[in-house]
Amino acid sequence: MPDRFCQKRHAARLLIGALRQPADLPHLSPADWDLLLRLARHTQLLGRLEADLAQLALLDRIPERAGNHLRAARNLVAHRQTRLTWEADRVVWALRGLDLHIVALKGVAYMLAGLPAARGRLAVDVDLLVPQEQIAAVEQRLLERGWMGAQLDPYDDQYYREWMHEIPALRHRERETEVDIHHRILPRTSRLQPDPALLFQQTRAVPDSPIRVLGPQDMILHALVHLFHEGDPKEGLRLRDLVDVADLLRHFGQEPGFWETLVPRAEQLQLGRPLHYGLVFSRQLLGTEIPDAVLQQAQSSAPSWLVQRAMGWLVPRAILPTHPDQSDPIAALARWALYLRAHWLRMPPGLLFQHLARKAWRRVQAALQPQGSGSSDKPSGS
Amino acid sequence: MKLGTLEQPIFAQKLARAGIAVRFGPLQIRLRTAIKPLAGLLHHFWRDFPLVDEPAIIDCHLAVSQHSLHRRWPNPELHILVDGRAIGPPFPRAHHFPMLEWGVNFCLARRANHLLILHAAVIERHGLALLLPAIPGHGKSTLCAALIHSGWRLLSDEFGLVRPEDGLLLPVPRSLPLKNASIDVIRAFAPQADLGPSFEGTHKGTVAHVRPPSESVQRMDEPARPRWVVFPRWVANSRLRLEPVVKPDAFLMVATNAFNYNLLGQTAFELVGQMVDACECYTLVYSDLKEAMAALNELTDSARA
Repeated sequence: MPDRFCQKRHAARLLIGALRQPADLPHLSPADWDLLLRLARHTQLLGRLEADLAQLALLDRIPERAGNHLRAARNLVAHRQTRLTWEADRVVWALRGLDLHIVALKGVAYMLAGLPAARGRLAVDVDLLVPQEQIAAVEQRLLERGWMGAQLDPYDDQYYREWMHEIPALRHRERETEVDIHHRILPRTSRLQPDPALLFQQTRAVPDSPIRVLGPQDMILHALVHLFHEGDPKEGLRLRDLVDVADLLRHFGQEPGFWETLVPRAEQLQLGRPLHYGLVFSRQLLGTEIPDAVLQQAQSSAPSWLVQRAMGWLVPRAILPTHPDQSDPIAALARWALYLRAHWLRMPPGLLFQHLARKAWRRVQAALQPQGSGSSDKPSGS
Repeated sequence: MKLGTLEQPIFAQKLARAGIAVRFGPLQIRLRTAIKPLAGLLHHFWRDFPLVDEPAIIDCHLAVSQHSLHRRWPNPELHILVDGRAIGPPFPRAHHFPMLEWGVNFCLARRANHLLILHAAVIERHGLALLLPAIPGHGKSTLCAALIHSGWRLLSDEFGLVRPEDGLLLPVPRSLPLKNASIDVIRAFAPQADLGPSFEGTHKGTVAHVRPPSESVQRMDEPARPRWVVFPRWVANSRLRLEPVVKPDAFLMVATNAFNYNLLGQTAFELVGQMVDACECYTLVYSDLKEAMAALNELTDSARA
């Protein structure tokens, strides 16, 4: 038993060590490389390791077979980033002539703004934020110019539009990249309600594009919302989201005035709690340097002592990778618990119950009809 | 050490417990499975491939195992796990070997994005490689199986792996899956071919595998320079036609045949360009295997000089 416990911890130590000290990677044993590659692939951080080693000019000093995997990951990342940039460019083209305030979120934003967080980052969708009142015009225009909406049945479609923070994904009929149009950063059902109007007030321009990006503090807060309020029960919290947060903190931490405004801004957006967790775990797990004064300031949004202890136990277990060949019931439990927590925060139980009951009833109806539409089997946005 | 030097019961035992690490050209896999009949077939089909000295970096950790409880009875199903995650839907237990072979190919196609991966058979003669790009149903595997039992070396039946650094083709000589009528064609044409059992009712119909010739496996670390690209097409009762393809057409035909052309972007564009520039490119329409082979032998004899 002690041996197995060490092995589990070893997996976490290995990946965290690679992220924090990529300069040490040339000293890794073949067995550790084997495990590290599996963990990094699983957490979608292979491209990140490649970018770090390339920056340190160390790619020639690692085993050739490991280098092949990293080069393969780099090629995939470069391809995805090209595709994303092109999709964003096409959206700009399609929306030309509309008087709009378009803000890129997450991967596309990091790329457009040329941030270090974009390096080696595997992004899939184009995420955009537009003011609520312009959503209809944007969607209409994209539909006219070749994008298509996901085929949801009327109930799911209405549910999505009424309660979510985005409209059903759009995809151009000739391309594979999804475009997600958001009007806020958390669902309308969520307990926390950061006011989108505040976000638009502090956006920044980027070179060579009419698209804007969130202000530094808001960008970090959005990454934190993504980390602590989304996720799935199997994967747990996403380590790559915490890596984004750490990268952004490190980068913007150099800007004068950044740290002073971080906590007040979070409180203004009702996001003091996720910021508190983000700072604590970014420092604890990834060694991000955060001024003590800022940590103290953020402490005012911390939960009770008991909840802090619980989160301090759950988060590392849910976010750190475990050995792929061994089941880890503790980690699985932590992942479930944090998934339930995120869901709880996103949706009041009454509404959740209503929604599930409605879905169940529709499934019964469909089953009773000899030639039912069958559409109720499609995934909903919940 | 070759896999075949392990005695079969020991091999099966290792496979079921710690797993076996084996190398196919550039691809190193580790496989774990307790499916007994599968172990028997693997011991035969993989016998010439080297075991990997561990600890080592493994490209793909595979397992073939029973599907979850409720699928075990009355018709047991299996699935293939890569790093503990199932790839593809579960399949009938009887299809273990063809599905595993497909699973290994899947790993290569997904993970070798440091190489340009063409969907083609590659064979070699006089030190130079001939590519047979695949279009399903056009008879690439049948022609390839016939040629490798008539003096050609097998580099691969499925993948033209182009190394970006020098444009050379890397061998990955895995077994050749023959489908339906091709099985009897090859059995009659090349009685010396080592054909495995027929698996009926797979998603590609009846499939039987040709074990890669031992000599091809022994030489799997010798890359080859591409010299000919031949787009084969079997048409019943047609007369033999071997016709040159102009380079721009050949470029498009090779580029659209690659698994990861878009992914590699400019690198792929340059590699395909260099390859097509350096190769003689033809289309081959045939109905008779002997005629087709004679034509390809004649075409490639010029390289001996």
